[in-house]
Amino acid sequence: MSPPTLAVTGLVKHFGPVRAVDGVDLSVAAGEVVGLVGESGSGKSTLGRCVTRLLPVTAGSVWIAGRDIARLSRHAIRPLRRQFNIVFQDPSSSLNPRLAVGEIVAEPLRHHRLGPGAQRRARVVEMLELVGLGGEVVRRYPHELSGGQRQRVSLARALAARPSLLVADEPTSALDVSVQASVLNLVARLQQEMGFACLFITHDLASVEYLAQRVAVMYLGVLVEVAGRAELFAAPRHPYTQALLSAAPIPDPPAQRRRRRVVLAGDVPSPVAPPPGCRFHTRCPVAIDRCAVDVPPLRPVGPAGGLVACHLVGDDGTGPTLNGAAPADRSG
Amino acid sequence: MNPLLSVRELTVRFGTEDGPVLATDRVSFDVATRELVALVGESGCGKSVTAMALTGLLPRNATVTGRAGFDGRDLLARSERALRAIRGRDIAYVFQEPMTSLNPVLTVGRQVGEVLRRHQRMRGAALRRRATELLELVGIPLPARRLREYPHQLSGGMRQRVMIAMAVACAPKLLVADEPTTALDVTVQAGILDVLRTLRTEIGTAVLLITHDLGVVADLADRVVVMYAGRVIEEADVDDLFARPGHPYTRGLLDAVPNPARHAEGGLREIPGRVPVLASSPDSCTFAERCGRVDGTCRTRAPQLAAGPAGHPVRCWHPLAAPAPAAAGGPA
Repeated sequence: MSPPTLAVTGLVKHFGPVRAVDGVDLSVAAGEVVGLVGESGSGKSTLGRCVTRLLPVTAGSVWIAGRDIARLSRHAIRPLRRQFNIVFQDPSSSLNPRLAVGEIVAEPLRHHRLGPGAQRRARVVEMLELVGLGGEVVRRYPHELSGGQRQRVSLARALAARPSLLVADEPTSALDVSVQASVLNLVARLQQEMGFACLFITHDLASVEYLAQRVAVMYLGVLVEVAGRAELFAAPRHPYTQALLSAAPIPDPPAQRRRRRVVLAGDVPSPVAPPPGCRFHTRCPVAIDRCAVDVPPLRPVGPAGGLVACHLVGDDGTGPTLNGAAPADRSG
Repeated sequence: MNPLLSVRELTVRFGTEDGPVLATDRVSFDVATRELVALVGESGCGKSVTAMALTGLLPRNATVTGRAGFDGRDLLARSERALRAIRGRDIAYVFQEPMTSLNPVLTVGRQVGEVLRRHQRMRGAALRRRATELLELVGIPLPARRLREYPHQLSGGMRQRVMIAMAVACAPKLLVADEPTTALDVTVQAGILDVLRTLRTEIGTAVLLITHDLGVVADLADRVVVMYAGRVIEEADVDDLFARPGHPYTRGLLDAVPNPARHAEGGLREIPGRVPVLASSPDSCTFAERCGRVDGTCRTRAPQLAAGPAGHPVRCWHPLAAPAPAAAGGPA
C-alpha cells in the first residue's frame, strides 16, 4: 500500500495558554477526501493551518510527500509548497484585490517556476475552464465577480500547480445554498478528475456526507471519532458525534418531527483549561465517574475499522445510544 | 379568521449611488395568532428588508409603501414615537448577532430589567423575580447568577437566549426573528429552536422567522413564505411546500441542499446565474433568466401569485405539477 499523502501525528498547537489543537493523529490517503467536522473552538481550522504550515506547530509531525514539514524552516518548505495548498471560507479576503484573475491563478506557477510564460498562460486558461469560468475572466478583478465565482478562482489558484493535497477550510460556508451546491459539485468533480487528496474542514455535516469518504470529528482540540462516511452517519458511536448529528435539522418536515434530538447541557468549555479526563464529559449525558479522570484514547472499535475515543464504547463497537433517549424537558 | 399581522403590497425602495434599488415588490402575507411563519430566501431576496420595514428599522434612504395591519393598527403609518411604544411591547425582535444588540457595559440584569421597567413599570423584588423567570424560560442555567454578569462573560448561545428573554419580557403577540441561529453552532442552535417553540406554548407568541436554512424551516415552521428578488413567489403549509413545491425556484432550493438519498443521482442540483438587482418592477418573471421552464410569456408578463397545481399560491406561468401523494411514511 502506498503511504498516505498526509500523515499528522501527535500534532499540538498552543497559542499561549490556549490549547487549540492538543494531540491529533490523522492521515489522508492519496486521492481520498477526509471530512474534518467540528464546531467553533474545536481547533479544526487551526489544524488546517498547521497542516499547510501557515502556522508553526508547537509539537508533533506533519508528513507530506515523505517529509515532515513541521520540522522544516520556512525556506526549506518553499519548494515543497507545490505539494499542498489551501482554500478558505471567504475568498474576497484571500484574493489580492489588485491582481487580475489571470495573475492570481498564475501565482503558484510563477512562484514554483513551472514552465515558460506561454505554457503558464495556457495552464491558467485551462484551470479557469476546469473550474467552470470562461477564459474571459482572466482580465477581470475579484470585486467584479460573485462570491461563488471568487471561490472558483481560489480553487483554480490552489490547484494550478497540481498539488497532491488540498485543504479546504469551510469553502462554502459564506455562500447561499444554491451557490454552495455548485461549489460542492465542483470540488467533487475536480477531486475525481485531478485525483488530489483533500482535507475538507467544515461545520456542515450535510456537505461532508456528500463529499467525504472518511470523517473525523473534533471536539475541543482532540479527535473523538474517525470513521468511514456510511458508518459514521448510520451508526455514530461517540456521544458527541451522536449529539452533533441529531442537532442538525434536516430539510424534511415529517422526518424532522420524528427525530429525537440530544440537547447538550452547557457550553463548550474553554480551551485554556479543558476538562480533565474526557474533554466532553462535562456535557456528556451518559458520562460516568471514570470519564472525569481518565483520558480515553482514540482506538479502533468494531469490525469496520472506525476509531472512537470513549470509555463507554466497547471494542466491538457497542455503546450508549443517545438518540433513543427522550429529549431534555425544559418546560417543567 | 382575523390575522394578527397582515402585510399588504409592501414595497421598499432604496436610493443608492448607483440609482434606485427595488428591495421588495408588493409583498403580501399574513401571520395568525400563535402561528410560526418562516420567510425564506437567499441573499438579496428581500426577506430581511421586509422584517426591518415591519419594525421601523430601515435606513433613511428607504421609501416604504403598502400596509402592515397589526392588531387593528397600520405599522407602516405610525410615527417613529408611536412605533416605539408598540415595539418591545406587542412586537419584539431578535437579530442574528446578539453581541451588537446588547450593551456591553451593563449587566444582563440591568438590560432585562430595563425592558420590564419601561414597558411594565415593574420595580424592586417583583422585577428581579420576573427577570429570573425570563432567563429560566429561555433555558439559561443559574439565572440569578447570570443576571449579575456582563454580555462578554456569556457564550454566543447564552447571549442569544438573553436577547430572546428581553424580546419576550412583555409577552409580545409577535416575535420577529431575523436569522436568530445563523451565527451559532448546531448543538447550540438546537437549544434556541427549542426556546422559540416553547414561546408559543408558554406565552402564545406568534413568530415571523426570517431564515435561509431549510432545515430550520422544516424543524420549526407552520407555514412558509418563499421570496425571490423582492417578490413572494410561493406560500404554503410547511409539509405541503417541501412535498409539493410549485415554483421552479423553490424546487431548486430544496434540491440544492445535500441529501444523502439523492447523492447517487450525480451531484447536487445547481441553480445557474444569480439573483438580479432590480431598479423597478419588471414586466416579466424575475426568475426567468435562471429557469429551466422559461418561455416567451415569462419574459414579457409578470406572473401573479395564484393557486398552483398543489392548491397553494405560486407565482409562476408554468408551475410544477404536484406529484401523487406519497404513501404515509414514505420518502418525500
